Amino acid sequence: MPDLCGVQLRGPILNASGTFDAIAARRAFGDALLDAFPFDCFVSKTITVAPRQGNPPPRLWETASGMLNSIGLPNKGLDGFLAHDLPELARLPVPLCVSVMGFDSGELARLVAAVGARPEVALIELNLSCPNVETGVLVGADPDATAAAVERVRAEAELPLIAKLSPNAADPAAVARAAEGAGADGVSLINTIRGMALHPTTREPWLGARSGGLSGAAVRPVALEQVAAVAAAVEVPVVGMGGVASGRDAADLLAVGAAVVAVGTESFRDPAAGRRISAELAAIRSARPAAERGRVG
Amino acid sequence: MTDDRRPRTLAPPERRIAEVVEARRLGAYDLIVARDAIGPANPRPGQFYMLAAGERWGADGDGRPYLPRAFSFARVRPLPGGQGADLSFLLEDVGPGTRRLGELAAGDPLALLGPLGHGFAPPPEGRRPLLVGGGIGAAPVLCWDDELRAEGVEATVLLGFRGAGHAAAADLFVGAPEVCTDDGSVGRRALVTEPLRAELEADPAATVYACGPEPMLEAVRALCAELDVPAELALEAGMACGYGACFGCVVPTVDGYARVCVDGPVFPADRLVAHA
Repeated sequence: MPDLCGVQLRGPILNASGTFDAIAARRAFGDALLDAFPFDCFVSKTITVAPRQGNPPPRLWETASGMLNSIGLPNKGLDGFLAHDLPELARLPVPLCVSVMGFDSGELARLVAAVGARPEVALIELNLSCPNVETGVLVGADPDATAAAVERVRAEAELPLIAKLSPNAADPAAVARAAEGAGADGVSLINTIRGMALHPTTREPWLGARSGGLSGAAVRPVALEQVAAVAAAVEVPVVGMGGVASGRDAADLLAVGAAVVAVGTESFRDPAAGRRISAELAAIRSARPAAERGRVG
Repeated sequence: MTDDRRPRTLAPPERRIAEVVEARRLGAYDLIVARDAIGPANPRPGQFYMLAAGERWGADGDGRPYLPRAFSFARVRPLPGGQGADLSFLLEDVGPGTRRLGELAAGDPLALLGPLGHGFAPPPEGRRPLLVGGGIGAAPVLCWDDELRAEGVEATVLLGFRGAGHAAAADLFVGAPEVCTDDGSVGRRALVTEPLRAELEADPAATVYACGPEPMLEAVRALCAELDVPAELALEAGMACGYGACFGCVVPTVDGYARVCVDGPVFPADRLVAHA
């Protein structure tokens, strides 16, 4: 069984934050969703201190083998999350990781302290890298800012802290080392890559927020390279993600050093994608020679 | 939405493969019938499915279509035995996704997820159902009319189309819907809101159910608000997932942004706010 920062998981497949709303999915699919839950650890959509409506529509644009989004972290805010969402998420059959984002280090500390005090929560992900809010990229792109943010909140909770890194950084490995040095128990990457699309006739930005984040199969090679670079640079576990759509994609990220793998946009195409990818990955691993299994782990 | 009367049938929690059993041209549209042996036999009119061709999805040379596309079903025929259904979908070629779906032929695999979202709520006692469809928005109006007829209710159906090519969709209806076209080639040369106003002024004890392009829905919303007639509007929106995961398909409501996929696609008109 994989271990993520001391939390035992039944398997190595997570969801990427913001790509699966387990509460809405349970309403759409009923208890059948829980009977065959597609992930081995559930990562919540990012919460902020104050409630957010998110960005104005349109929020989506289909690209070549991928999509742009400018969702903008809509959420009920910390109090709304704790009162309404957390009790429902606690009923999921897998450990819960809560993703948090602060607009300053004080907010981030407040979120970590409040979420970290809840026994339903197993892990906290620090979203330092959302491209769709004004401050997101700035912290996650800069090693010093990342270190300062992690340091500020490290003592607020005993739970493992995972720093979600930005691909929109000059040197993601340097940011990862800074997060590790400041006390992060793990790192996760990649978040979406900044991108833009224009309206086909007006040539004005299509997305309501003008620019957005690219995800899907199109980002897979970028993710593989960045996960490899980060995994080589840090000792802490790496949650690898970016365009994972098959067991082979997951095996690739594990091969370059990810401890576990997250599925994002592929879940939009099929809510059961995580389960299918798990099965494909298990088949790949069982087909591998025993000597190689022992070597890679 | 509190006091929610809009019905919905739950979907199996995964994408499945249906078989196209019929595909034909219907004027400006393509009509495909998919045999969904695994899904529920009783999706509710107004609910929708996410569709993708089972093969060569993303084959246009630019990596598109990539995401599945959302479609209200137009007609449902339960399969013998109580499980599964033949589902009809009305398609119009407006981009790489609808083009690929329109190429499907009998025997081809169709990947689908659904039924999703909420359907139309039955009209309250004492109010007659008045159904309004514009263009491809005729699809959910058709299955709602089918269901009302099965319950012995003959609804008034008003349909608006650009011209004769699109008005071919009116032939799918069992009764005799009133047809308007922009160019007068079939039925009246009028916007569909003209006969709607006449109907409502003659007898306002109605509930309006409408699906169509955004300007039509906005006109229906404004008209119903003016005449104080309750209405349910089935909205269309670009969406990545269809089940509440991506938060991409929001529309403004009196309660803030709502997701068309899980909060709709059928909304009580008085919850929506004018936009665009």
